[in-house]
Amino acid sequence: MIDTVARAAATPDQPQPYAELGLNDEEYGRIRDILGRRPTSAELAIYSVMWSEHCSYKSSRVHLRQFGDKAPASDALLVGMGENAGVVDVGDGYAVTFKIESHNHPSYVEPHQGAATGVGGIVRDILAMGARPVAVMDALRFGAADAPDTARVLPGVVEGISSYGNCLGLPNIGGEVAFDPTYAGNPLVNALCVGVMRHEDIQRASAPGPGNQVILFGSPTGPDGIGGASVLASATFDDASAAKRPSVQVGDPFMEKLLVECCMELYAAGVVVGIQDLGAAGVSCATTELAAAGTGGMRVALDAVPLRDQSLTPEEILMSESQERMMAVVEPGDVDAFLKICARWEVPATVLGAVDDGGRLVMTWNGETVVDIPPRTAADEGPKYHRPYARPAELDAIQADDAAALPRPAGGAALRAELLRVLGDPNLAAKNWVTDQYDRYVLGDTVLATPHDSGMLRVGDGPRGVALATDGNGRYARLDPYDGARLALAEAYRNVAASGARPLAVTNCLNFGSPEDPGVMWQFERAVTGLADACQALGVPVTGGNVSFYNQTGQTAIHPTPVVGVLGVIDDVTRRTAIAFDRPGDEIWLLGTTRPEFGGSAWASVVHGHLGGRPPSVDLDAERALAEALIAASGAGLLTAAHDLSDGGLAAALTESCLHGGHGARLTLDDPFTALFSESTARAVLSVPPESSAALTALCRTHGVPATRIGSVGGDALEVDGSFTVPLPELEAVHTSALPAIFGA
Amino acid sequence: MTAPAARVGVVTFPGSLDDRDAQRAVARAGAEPVPLWHADRDLRGVDAVILPGGFSYGDYLRCGAIARFSPVMSELVPAARAGLPVLGICNGFQVLCESHLLPGALTRNAGLRFVCRDVRLRMERTDTAWTSGYAPGQEVLIPLKSGEGRYVADPATLAELEARGGVIARYATTAPNGALDDIAGISNEAGNVVGLMPHPEHAVDPLTGPGADGLPFFTSVLDRLVTA
Repeated sequence: MIDTVARAAATPDQPQPYAELGLNDEEYGRIRDILGRRPTSAELAIYSVMWSEHCSYKSSRVHLRQFGDKAPASDALLVGMGENAGVVDVGDGYAVTFKIESHNHPSYVEPHQGAATGVGGIVRDILAMGARPVAVMDALRFGAADAPDTARVLPGVVEGISSYGNCLGLPNIGGEVAFDPTYAGNPLVNALCVGVMRHEDIQRASAPGPGNQVILFGSPTGPDGIGGASVLASATFDDASAAKRPSVQVGDPFMEKLLVECCMELYAAGVVVGIQDLGAAGVSCATTELAAAGTGGMRVALDAVPLRDQSLTPEEILMSESQERMMAVVEPGDVDAFLKICARWEVPATVLGAVDDGGRLVMTWNGETVVDIPPRTAADEGPKYHRPYARPAELDAIQADDAAALPRPAGGAALRAELLRVLGDPNLAAKNWVTDQYDRYVLGDTVLATPHDSGMLRVGDGPRGVALATDGNGRYARLDPYDGARLALAEAYRNVAASGARPLAVTNCLNFGSPEDPGVMWQFERAVTGLADACQALGVPVTGGNVSFYNQTGQTAIHPTPVVGVLGVIDDVTRRTAIAFDRPGDEIWLLGTTRPEFGGSAWASVVHGHLGGRPPSVDLDAERALAEALIAASGAGLLTAAHDLSDGGLAAALTESCLHGGHGARLTLDDPFTALFSESTARAVLSVPPESSAALTALCRTHGVPATRIGSVGGDALEVDGSFTVPLPELEAVHTSALPAIFGA
Repeated sequence: MTAPAARVGVVTFPGSLDDRDAQRAVARAGAEPVPLWHADRDLRGVDAVILPGGFSYGDYLRCGAIARFSPVMSELVPAARAGLPVLGICNGFQVLCESHLLPGALTRNAGLRFVCRDVRLRMERTDTAWTSGYAPGQEVLIPLKSGEGRYVADPATLAELEARGGVIARYATTAPNGALDDIAGISNEAGNVVGLMPHPEHAVDPLTGPGADGLPFFTSVLDRLVTA
């Protein structure tokens, strides 16, 4: 029997499964207060998904407001946080929107579909802003590379991203792949999408104008991702609908491609007043958010939703996370034109109802009212918690366990052996096994992609372009979450600048354990504060992002892992700087200051299995100066290559630059061990034609950046004077064979 | 007085992805790209046609198997048999095989994974409409990006293909997808219909590709049209 509003009013004492749906007593009580009666099953479905951690940010909101409070003034920001994604002005009338989002839990349960639908979801976020999606990136973290479960999770995740993104026709231009036992059982799959539009094409997720029609278009709705709804069904009904439903969504990239092209035509035809993608919480989220941000009321016939499975109940429809769906608000006179464009792309579209000014979201099922709520109470006025937080007691001992005390290699032969160990570790090794499965060419605007420091795209017909990098280091954040977040931003910022682009804006994906653990909540608070402070210092505002909590197994949380994406703009993409040492005879220069800093380093981790001490010190003034120097040098055409120094220090950067360019390097280093393995920040290594080195040193002096000549490009080996030589073929074999050896050639 | 630019059609199927890139390559070669729509039984009077890369109809059922039956193909197939130059790239190659304009088939890569990599090709038959700008034996660097790029044919077909010199390009090193005889591209006997697994349209500008080695595919056909 359908649980109507009338029935709910008549049966106030009927028990409801709110706890199974993740609502506590207080939250359920608040719903009853708002409605002045018990909620119907359909209403309970809406509130339970809209007030979930995932949709309401109830544990994180009180901290996330720092991103707004501390936002640096920026002329570039056209749309800030709060919409589907922020929008940044990149010049020439173009605007860019970008966002990163997690799909961690589904990717552990069903790696292929979990990761695939992660791509699909973030692409629709970008599409809903009015932009054409132009590229994706993925920041991935897995358990130990050789752990048995990683052999299940990683190939599935990569194949899911590959099959969905490639079929959708978006180049995959960067991202990360990292391994650490901390992610066993809790892999991190963070997907980023970037889109481009003209300023005047920005769309909003709102439903203004009484009488305007509400249209659902895209795939029919099926029983995807409604594990929660089956609780409702089984508790409320006694029929066969109690059957367990699949809780991971299944993606159809072909439909998404049609949806993208269809939306582009709809926008161009000017027939869209407001639009929202359907992601988590599906129809519940789209209707409440559109109504809440618009005139305030909406009437929807829920039984008009096209179904893939005719047995779905109203609750299941409301909670379904079926992919490749969008909801638009359209003026009555434009409905025919709208439906015609959808038909041309063979995208099913259905008018579900209309906007009104009644201030209520009303849904009917075969003529009976099953939902009647004030939409803002679900969309905007969810619970907000000040969770207790406390610095974990064990952190003092961890920080006291200084990596400086670790035994260092004695002599050139030992240093050489440790170098090869580090470079052959899955974390530092070449990631072609993964990235060769991604199409980086499609759309024809990819100027730089992995393994370069940033992914870079031409915008329009050029020469303008945008660059993107994502970074994050869970080991650093474990040692100090405040500095870990600042280091993640500094690294992504540095990567963008090393390619020659000016950093403009930030997105972030904050991956943590349970917010109910005060130690985790402390890590979260520190990381958010660190990121907000660093954004302020570097002058780059946060435009949006995502929080993923509950990444933990039992009582053991993952390393706190803030992943930061930075977007930059470059005036002329032909001036971009790649990482490859491809001209013998060029001088190699190191910018920045190297200190003996090994806490959380790749060397300490790979050689000693050690995580302790403090992460490298943060100097944001030095980062800013370095970025200015790199951008100016790139723009002036002084560089043949630039590569930022981070995980694995100079050793990793030189290896990548040599192997990518196909030339060796001869180096003279004072203290080869420290020079190669320190992870001091605000550094980059460059190759510079001899005739440009005077101009480079002058430019570095102007910006106050220390510059040291450390060698030259040439030969067929990586050679450190007086210490060791590694022939390039040996270096290449060690560097490129690590992942194929584990995951198959 | 300059002759009007040659008009080269690029078909968009639902799920075509590299259609705009192919149009760009045509323009870069000096011709006028003409968009053709899968649902129209109309080739708009073009001088040549490119079937671009992508996942037409999601590559559901079998790559190219549904696109073959689209209205535009009912016009294209007889025109190709009558001599219209047609180039199928990647998914387009699959469509040409499904349409029986070219022999053989493209199946799942030997490694069962999608491969995106810049590959060296050795050009072989260079008297076709699309390869006359190359020298026989010339090596070129062009991106390969496909999950079902392994060229296969039964032994008799393969022998006949080789005997008539129908292979236009081979992978210069071992085929990354397990293609028989390292075959990367083939042509029909007349040389007007060519299918190629790698993507020459992504190698027309060193800014966005590994170089410009792919451009002669697009200029070759113009030379043919001018001399015809």
